[in-house]
Amino acid sequence: MLGRWLERLVSRGRLLSLITLGLMAALVVADIVIPPAYIRFPWDGLGGFAAVLGFVGCAFFIALAKGLGQLLLYKPEDYYGEEHEHEAPGPERSRDD
Amino acid sequence: MTDWLHPSLVLLLGAAALPLLPAAARRIWLVLVPLFGLAAVFSLSPGTHGQFEFLGMRLITGRVDELSLVFAYVFGIILVIGMIFALHLRDTVQHVAALTYAAAALGAVLAGDLVTLYVFWELMVITSVWLIWRRGTDVSYASGMRYLIIHAIGGVLLLAGVVVYYQTTGSIAFDQIETGSPAFYLILVAFMINAAVPPLHAWLSDAYPEATVTGAVFMSALTTKTAVYVLMRGYPGLELLMWMGAIMTWYGVVFAVLANDIRRILAYHIISQVGYMVCAVGMGTSLALSGAAAHAFTHILYKALLFMGAGAVIYMTGKSKLTELGGLYRSMPWTFVLFMVGAVSISGFPLFSGFVSKTIIIEAAAVEYHGVIYLMLLTAGAGTFLSIGLKLAWFTFLGRDAGLRPKEAPANMLIAMALAAAACFLIGVMPGPLYSILPAAIDYNAWTLGHVLKEMQLLLFTGLAFFLLLRFVGGKNKIALDVDWIYRGGGRALAATVRDRVSYTNSALRGVFMDSLVAWMARVKRRHGRDGKLARSWPTGSMAFWVVVLLASLLIFGIRQP
Repeated sequence: MLGRWLERLVSRGRLLSLITLGLMAALVVADIVIPPAYIRFPWDGLGGFAAVLGFVGCAFFIALAKGLGQLLLYKPEDYYGEEHEHEAPGPERSRDD
Repeated sequence: MTDWLHPSLVLLLGAAALPLLPAAARRIWLVLVPLFGLAAVFSLSPGTHGQFEFLGMRLITGRVDELSLVFAYVFGIILVIGMIFALHLRDTVQHVAALTYAAAALGAVLAGDLVTLYVFWELMVITSVWLIWRRGTDVSYASGMRYLIIHAIGGVLLLAGVVVYYQTTGSIAFDQIETGSPAFYLILVAFMINAAVPPLHAWLSDAYPEATVTGAVFMSALTTKTAVYVLMRGYPGLELLMWMGAIMTWYGVVFAVLANDIRRILAYHIISQVGYMVCAVGMGTSLALSGAAAHAFTHILYKALLFMGAGAVIYMTGKSKLTELGGLYRSMPWTFVLFMVGAVSISGFPLFSGFVSKTIIIEAAAVEYHGVIYLMLLTAGAGTFLSIGLKLAWFTFLGRDAGLRPKEAPANMLIAMALAAAACFLIGVMPGPLYSILPAAIDYNAWTLGHVLKEMQLLLFTGLAFFLLLRFVGGKNKIALDVDWIYRGGGRALAATVRDRVSYTNSALRGVFMDSLVAWMARVKRRHGRDGKLARSWPTGSMAFWVVVLLASLLIFGIRQP
């Protein structure tokens, strides 16, 4: 039942993303129009600051992590000489009773 | 003694009785014991209980106040949920380990002195390691061994700190620790190891993904949060912690972007989330400390929920890498939806629990005008949604269909996840009860228009960036090195090189020494041996000659005598 529900949502993915984009635009507009409750930092008065921070922050984290990974940190999976056994799905090994 | 019952005692007795019961009764017992434990927690009344003299020290096993109660409540709740999640499992060793581990964690937060704390601290280590080892693979054995060694080092530091503290102050009371003494640093480092503060964190991201499906749920809840509790007790307002905490929030995010194993992503986000709490402890204001307690409470619930969701996927598919998963929402829709509740909770979406606790800490940074910290914590929230709400969820449940068609997770797992999800939602919409049990009353309302606007913009635009950069964020068939490289990779190679050098030098030096010894022996033998100059038997003629020489010299010198 839930599966069918999800299926219906996924098949309307395009519509959902359009609605979300509309909501995002509305949020930014609201943030620009509504005066902030308090100004403690220079950026508190800027409408849409959080939106920019979210977008730039996300891109920044991806760039930083992938950059570090490519330059330094990524190694093949058997780097430490450990081989992950493929465990069978379902009930784990029964060890007693 | 009679007016209170230590919750740990209930759990320890329950754990001890478990193997004695017939197999059929064990499942009922496994639900009953955590419920008894939870009842014991809820019956705790504020005050100091369970004091006794031991070797001239006054031990306090039950310090019940606002701070310890918050943690005791949530430990009790998560034990019930975690045990329901583990109910299908027929592994008494693991069940006993989990119960004892929870008993130890409760004992640690209720401990009123450092010696009691130390005892429960060590008990946590030696019980929790079985939740890794019972996975039964070589990798989990090695990982568990590293976990054990790191925590053994932490335990020794704590013990040393306690001894020094007792020597210098003559007291073992566990309150805020005075700055500057050696004990201050020893205990701090021990606490920071358990709180997974980089660079002392690698045990966590190493071991948790290798633990058993059910064991990781308990581990995600107990060890680091006990550490947060002791930091709140011993080191409130230590500025170092504020900065380390803010760095932690970013550190976890960056490494989660690199990770491919679903529970490794979650493990790195424990570091990130504990970072918020450590940062709040470092700020030390009453709002910040209450925020840390509130965030620990909500974090335990949503992180356990996430570990349960990921565990259910691993249990049903046998796979744990993003590169091998995908499209599971069709076959495991309930797991997907319940997991998403955890994902939006940790990300801080309005209506869910992270929103009402994380924002307290961010607000605490704002009212103190810590601009850099404020921005770091806010941005880390975007990173959290990126890794868990988007990357993990997308590449596991949606995205490319990996062709896996597992069944839905067993009923006990779904029930446990539903309980945790319900708690996440209820706390999100009604934070009042949570706020009322915090260490200090707070004048804070998460549900202001400004907060909702800011948080929604932050998260939705994170989503936009994610989908624009989708082809860069998927898991890779690689591992990312972390500081555990020091003892697993480079350091290990360095140690091997040093070992080989030392052993070569040793044998070379021995060779030189032995050669010179042999040469010296030969020389001695030449001089003092059977045919040596000094050991030869002399002929009688030479004896007579020397006597003559002696007498002659006596004669000469005797004549000159007056």
